[in-house]
Amino acid sequence: MVLDERLGQRPDTAPPLPARQFARWIWRQLVSMRTALLLLLLLALAAVPGSFVPQVDVDAQAVFAFAEKYPYLVGTFEALGLFDVYASPWFSAIYLLLMVSLVGCIIPRTFVYARALRARPPKAPRHFDRMPASGAFDTDADPDVVVGRAVRALRNQRYRVDRDAGTSEGPVPHLGVVRAEKGYLREAGNLVFHVSLVGVLVGVAVGSLFGYRGSAIVVEGEGFSNTLTQYDDFTSGALFEPSDLPPFSVALEEMNVSFWIDGTQRGAPRLFEAVGSVTPAPEEPAEPFDITVNNPLQIDGTSVFLVGQGYAPIVTVRDSDGEVVSSGAVPFLPADPTYTSNGVLKISATDPQLGLEGFLVPTTGVLDDGTIVSVFPSAFDPTLSFFAWEGDLGLADGSPQSVYSLDKEQLTRVEGADGEALRINLGRGESVELPGGGGSVSFDGIRNFARFQVAQAPLKEFTLAAAVAGMVGLLGSLFLRPRRAWVRVREVDGRTVVEVARLDRVSGADLGADVDDLVAAVSGEGVARGTSGKDRARRAGLSGEGVARGRDPES
Amino acid sequence: MSVEQWATLSDQAFDGAAVVLALAWIAHLVEYAASRKVAYAASPVTVGAAAAPTPTELPEPERRATLFGRIGVALSVLGTGVLGLGVLARGTAAQRVPWGNMYEFATTGVFLAMVLYLVLVKLQGIAWLGPVVTGFAVTVLGLSLLVYTPVGPLVPALDSHWLVLHVVAAAIAGGAFVVGAGASAFFLVKSRAERRTPVDQRHGYLWRLPTADSMDRLAYRVHAFAFPIWTFAALIAGPIWAYYAWGRFWGWDPKEVWAFITWTVYAGYLHARATAGWRGKGAAIIALIGFLTFVFNFVGINLFGSGLHAYAF
Repeated sequence: MVLDERLGQRPDTAPPLPARQFARWIWRQLVSMRTALLLLLLLALAAVPGSFVPQVDVDAQAVFAFAEKYPYLVGTFEALGLFDVYASPWFSAIYLLLMVSLVGCIIPRTFVYARALRARPPKAPRHFDRMPASGAFDTDADPDVVVGRAVRALRNQRYRVDRDAGTSEGPVPHLGVVRAEKGYLREAGNLVFHVSLVGVLVGVAVGSLFGYRGSAIVVEGEGFSNTLTQYDDFTSGALFEPSDLPPFSVALEEMNVSFWIDGTQRGAPRLFEAVGSVTPAPEEPAEPFDITVNNPLQIDGTSVFLVGQGYAPIVTVRDSDGEVVSSGAVPFLPADPTYTSNGVLKISATDPQLGLEGFLVPTTGVLDDGTIVSVFPSAFDPTLSFFAWEGDLGLADGSPQSVYSLDKEQLTRVEGADGEALRINLGRGESVELPGGGGSVSFDGIRNFARFQVAQAPLKEFTLAAAVAGMVGLLGSLFLRPRRAWVRVREVDGRTVVEVARLDRVSGADLGADVDDLVAAVSGEGVARGTSGKDRARRAGLSGEGVARGRDPES
Repeated sequence: MSVEQWATLSDQAFDGAAVVLALAWIAHLVEYAASRKVAYAASPVTVGAAAAPTPTELPEPERRATLFGRIGVALSVLGTGVLGLGVLARGTAAQRVPWGNMYEFATTGVFLAMVLYLVLVKLQGIAWLGPVVTGFAVTVLGLSLLVYTPVGPLVPALDSHWLVLHVVAAAIAGGAFVVGAGASAFFLVKSRAERRTPVDQRHGYLWRLPTADSMDRLAYRVHAFAFPIWTFAALIAGPIWAYYAWGRFWGWDPKEVWAFITWTVYAGYLHARATAGWRGKGAAIIALIGFLTFVFNFVGINLFGSGLHAYAF
């Protein structure tokens, strides 16, 4: 998975392998570049279905809607984990294999890299003129002086420099050789990048094991305390304990909502702001807060985000004697950008029990056929429209019920004088007597509600640091250029000849100019007569990089 | 000038830029047509302002091809300038960065892609990518009218400093993906031609272009430039912003899923270039798939209309 060829990809094709060798063969296959590449592409492919099939973790409502629309698919999809792709065994298997492959590659490469760091820069080539860029010149200077100059020049260019003393042995006798290498950080960047990927995965995994996320609707004038029972929905990691919830509580004083009234963005949200006070722990003093989108409240390592808002009509229900049996603000869930909102009211204190199911439009418009629609998201002229149901709400058997829907099994719809189902439309401040002495319903006003998301994501700073380190490493691995350079002093026919060569281990540099600079630095006042890579490249009608290519070990 | 005047100027500049870039595209197509019958020597001539020989020395069809190539580049420069004016006017009219919706992202993204392309024309002589890049720019500018949005304020969710970083990084990376995809596509065509066409039959547009190898190198460089920027946009700035706005840094929202897919595919491309059997053709195909995932994320996911990025980039 690391950007390089790996050794040992081709196994022997000898018949029956002993178990140990077979395991070794499997391992080598797994950590091979080809496998890593295939796993990467497979991971990309495996991520696709989760963007088309609704996901439980992303939008549970959408999963229910999907299940109702395509009931015949539900069983298969569930068995395949298609509603929860990113936690499914097959998706996990791919990224875990990828991580194993990655680690299996990083570890040996780290050792190789550590050895390379300790080793001397590589030996000088025998033929300097076969290097991508080279030059030579005559000099009268003392060989030691030339070598000294070369060492200084290369050190100034941040090379790691080493020298060989002159020798009359070997294939190329010389008076001194300087060997230099730089760009070691490229491989370091490469390793850091890949280690960081593991870091990000660990950070995300641990964070989700210990973290939690829940949302709660809080109506203006009401509060929320951070205990499990107060959440509308709640997900947490396997190692999370409910007792880990910090004991803060929040009182929402105002939910300020405004929309653009005119201009091209008419009806678009302008401001969402939740104002109130937070008590960090029981018996501690309350502090004011002001939460807007993009500016969460932070308490005890937990963040409270404003992720939604809506309207809660204040409805009072009286029985036939005029006694109040239900009163208060009931949140209706917004269903479209103009805040047509759906909700339910359950009154169990009456006999028979009463259920109201309907919708609220914040600013009322009436179509030609009498249909009520919402024409603007602000609550300028609201209408509450509902059907009433009588009977048994089904609360007695103790099975959990949504507060946003009626279980109509034992309910009958209240009918009007014409025998049709009775749709009741109430404007703000209006009330209606239910037929048959069923009491009265009044729509007294509207309060805004805020939907808060409370979340704790442990290790998020660690994950971020790993991601940033990964990106820095990536930059190093892509843009640092490992280079080698050599200077050799020889005696040829009684003259002292200095040879210079460079090798760029990735393509793209203008080595010729570099060699010219180095020749100038080493020669002092000596006259360069050699062929630099650039000159040769020009003669060949190619650019310097064209010559350097072909010996690319990497990119 | 008033806000309305700036807004009008911006609209007109975008229209004007689309027309000028369309002319640039036509000039490049004429260049293609004119060079169909020209025989080229085995060593390719680099097309580009600096590298091309002076027109007077050349035979008529080649002279015409070179001339139209230059006209194409000149019109591209003009069109990009006008486009930049439009982006600037849009920002002035809206009094914020001009990438707050799909229309603005498309226009700003095309502008950045054109700037990158022209910088590389100057530095690397890649005017041979002209037909693909100008064609793409004109297409996107045209399609962006389908999602035209009048100048307006931002919704609260977008009112964040991260809008500047996250979106502009995505746009720069996107611009580079366009150039990279063009280079990879040309590489596939050219390397196939190099394999199959005998030297004495090498005439026509394709042989005016650089070698397949240097196309491949260009593609790599552009992708290597884009990939870290995409990493920043999709996997660092995006999650940070998502955390502040939505209360979680990664939630497999469809837009996030496809940003991840794009990242993974391009990571695959970088690896493929270092894997035996995948260098060249295989890697280029992966790069093109990566580009398709990027385009799908921008167009397909937005039109699906689901997910939290509903205000659409």
